[in-house]
Amino acid sequence: MLEKALKGSNKYWIWIFCLLGVIGIGALTYINQYRVGLGITGMSRDVSWGFYISQFTYLVGVAAGGVMLVLPYYLHDYKKFGKITILGEFLAVSALIMCLLFIAADMGQPVRAFNMLMHPTPGSVLFWDASVLNGYLFLNIIIGWNVLEAERNGVPTAGWVKPLIYLSIPFAFGIHTVTAFLYCGLPGRGFWLTAILAPRFLASAFAAGPAFIIILSFIIKKVTNFDAGKEAIQTISKIVTYALIANVFFLLCEVFVAFYSKIPEHTAHLKYLFVGLHGHGVLAPWMWTSIALMLIAILLLLIPATRSNEFVLGITCVFVLIGTWIDKGLGLIAGGFVPSPLHHVNEYIPTIKEIFIGLGIYGIGFLILTVLFKIAITIREEVDA
Amino acid sequence: MKNSRRSFLKIAGISAIGFSMTPVVNVFASSGQEGNKPEPSYSVNKKALKAKRWGLVIDTRKLSEEIVEELGKTCSKIHNIPEIKNKDHEIKWIWGEEFKHAFPGKENEFLDERMKHLSMPVLCNHCKDAPCVRVCPTKATFKRPDGIVLMDFHRCIGCRFCMAACPYGSRSFNFIDPRTVLPKDRKEWNLEFPTRMKGVVEKCNFCAERLAVGKTPACVEASHGALAFGDLEDPKSEVRKLLKSNYTIRRKPSLGTGPSVYYIV
Repeated sequence: MLEKALKGSNKYWIWIFCLLGVIGIGALTYINQYRVGLGITGMSRDVSWGFYISQFTYLVGVAAGGVMLVLPYYLHDYKKFGKITILGEFLAVSALIMCLLFIAADMGQPVRAFNMLMHPTPGSVLFWDASVLNGYLFLNIIIGWNVLEAERNGVPTAGWVKPLIYLSIPFAFGIHTVTAFLYCGLPGRGFWLTAILAPRFLASAFAAGPAFIIILSFIIKKVTNFDAGKEAIQTISKIVTYALIANVFFLLCEVFVAFYSKIPEHTAHLKYLFVGLHGHGVLAPWMWTSIALMLIAILLLLIPATRSNEFVLGITCVFVLIGTWIDKGLGLIAGGFVPSPLHHVNEYIPTIKEIFIGLGIYGIGFLILTVLFKIAITIREEVDA
Repeated sequence: MKNSRRSFLKIAGISAIGFSMTPVVNVFASSGQEGNKPEPSYSVNKKALKAKRWGLVIDTRKLSEEIVEELGKTCSKIHNIPEIKNKDHEIKWIWGEEFKHAFPGKENEFLDERMKHLSMPVLCNHCKDAPCVRVCPTKATFKRPDGIVLMDFHRCIGCRFCMAACPYGSRSFNFIDPRTVLPKDRKEWNLEFPTRMKGVVEKCNFCAERLAVGKTPACVEASHGALAFGDLEDPKSEVRKLLKSNYTIRRKPSLGTGPSVYYIV
C-alpha cells in the first residue's frame, strides 16, 4: 500500500519537501549535539530535563488521545466514527515515533540505548514506559495496516485483529499513566508528587489528541474529497469539551491543595510558574496565556452555536492545542525542577539548537503522518469510487 | 514472489522481536535459579576496609569555610573532576551550601549567626533506600552490600532519571566532554581513577576505590577531624559513638530514603 504515498499533486510534494528541509536542519543540528554533548541545550545541573522530555510527554498524550475515536466505535458500536478511527490510529503511530525520537535525542549516550534491553530493570518506571510505548506503537501499526488493507480488498477485517483492538484501549490509558508515573513517584519533587498527575495527564491528552484530529479532519476536507462527517466532528468536539473541563478542574484542585495547605514545597513550584519566584518568572506570561486559551476554549465549546460553527470550532481546537501544549510541554517539566531540591531558583530556557532538533523530530512525525494519511485517504477514495 | 517476500518479512520481523526479547525473557526466567551461573572470580585486597553499611558523620562545629573548600578540592583532584566555569554544567561531588539550602524546610526564622553563614558540606547520602537506584533503567547506578551507591560510567545511557529522583541534588551530568576541561598536562590527572566521557551521570562514591586498598575517603583525611567515617551497623564504631553522644540531623529524613550522612549541629 506504500505506493499510494508516491503519487500526489504538486502541493503534496511541496509539503513533503518542506518537511524534509525541516528534518535536514534538525538532523544537522543533532550531529552537532551528538559530537559536543547535551551542553548545547539549555538544560543544567538543576533543570536536568527540558524541551525534549516535555515534548515527549505532550506527544504521549496526543498518541493516547487517538483512543477517544477507537473506544466509542469498537466498544459502543458508534458507527459515525467508523470512517475516522484509522486517522486516530495513524496519528498515534506518528506521535509515538516522535516520542521515541525525543527520548533518543535526550540521551547522553544514545548508542547505549539498548542497555535497557541488555539489562532490563523491572523496578524502573522507564522500563515499563518503554514497554508500553513500543507495545502501543506496534499495536497501532498492525491494527491500522490490517484494517486498511481489508478495506481496500473489500473483505471484513481478519478475526485476529479484533482482540488486538480491544487490547489497544487499555494500552492507550497505560502509556499516559505510566508516563505520569515517571514523574509522580519521585520523592522530593513536590510539584509532581501528586496522585492526580496521571488523571490530569489523561484529561489533557483526551482534549489535545481529539482536538488535533478535528483540525486534521478540516485540513483533509480542504485538500481532498474525504469528509469525516459533521456528526462525527461534533461528537469529537464534545469529548474535547469534557476532557478540557476535567483538565482545568484538576489543575484547580492542585492549586487549592497547595495554597490552602500552604506547604512551601508544593506552593513554590506553582508560584514560580504563575507569578515568579525570587524575581525569576520567565514562564509566567506563558502560563497565563495557557489558562486564558483553555478557559476561552471551554466557553466556545460549551456554547452550541460556536461549537457547531466549523470555522470557530477550528480556531477553538487550535486554542486547545496551544493551551495544553504550554501547560504540559513547557510548564510541567520546568515547574517540577524550579526551584531545585536545594531550593535554588535556576531557570531553564531552551536554546535555538535544541528547538531546531525538536522541530526536526516534529518534521519526521508530520512526514510519517502525511504518508500514512495519504495512503488511508487514497484507499478510501478508491473504495468510494 | 509477493508471497515469499511477505513470508520472509514475517519471519524476519518475528526473529527480530525474538532476539531483542531474549534478555528480557532471561531476566524473568532466571530469577530464582541464579545458582546455575558460574561465579565470577576476583581477589580482594587484604587491606580493604569493610563494613555492613558505611556512613559519615560531619561535625559542623569543627568546620570552617576553608575546610569545606578543601574537601571539594581534594575530592576533585583525586577523582579527576573538571572545573567547569559554566554553572549549569558544573560537576560537584562534595561542596558547600548555606544551611537553608542544605536543609530546606528546616530553616528557622531566627537561626544563630554561625549556622546562618556556615558553609555546610553536602554530598551523596548513600541512602539506605536510594531513589536513584530504584529508577535507573539499566542498573548503571546500584547499591553495594556495604551500602555504597555506585555508578557504572560505562553502562549509563545518560537518561538522567536518577537526577530527577535524587532529592539532594547530589548528581551531576557531563553536559560536555570533561576531558577537554581537565588540565592539559595528563601528569596532573589521577591515573588511578577513570576520567569520564560526555553524556554520563556521576556523583560521590564514598571513595570506594580507596576503601578497596585500605584508605579512608579523601575528604575525611582532608577534614582536620571534622568528618568521621565508619560502619553504621557496628555499635562500637567511631561513627556510632559520635551519634550516641551528639545530637545529629540528616537531610530530608521524612522522605524515607535513609541518608547515611549525619550532621552534628
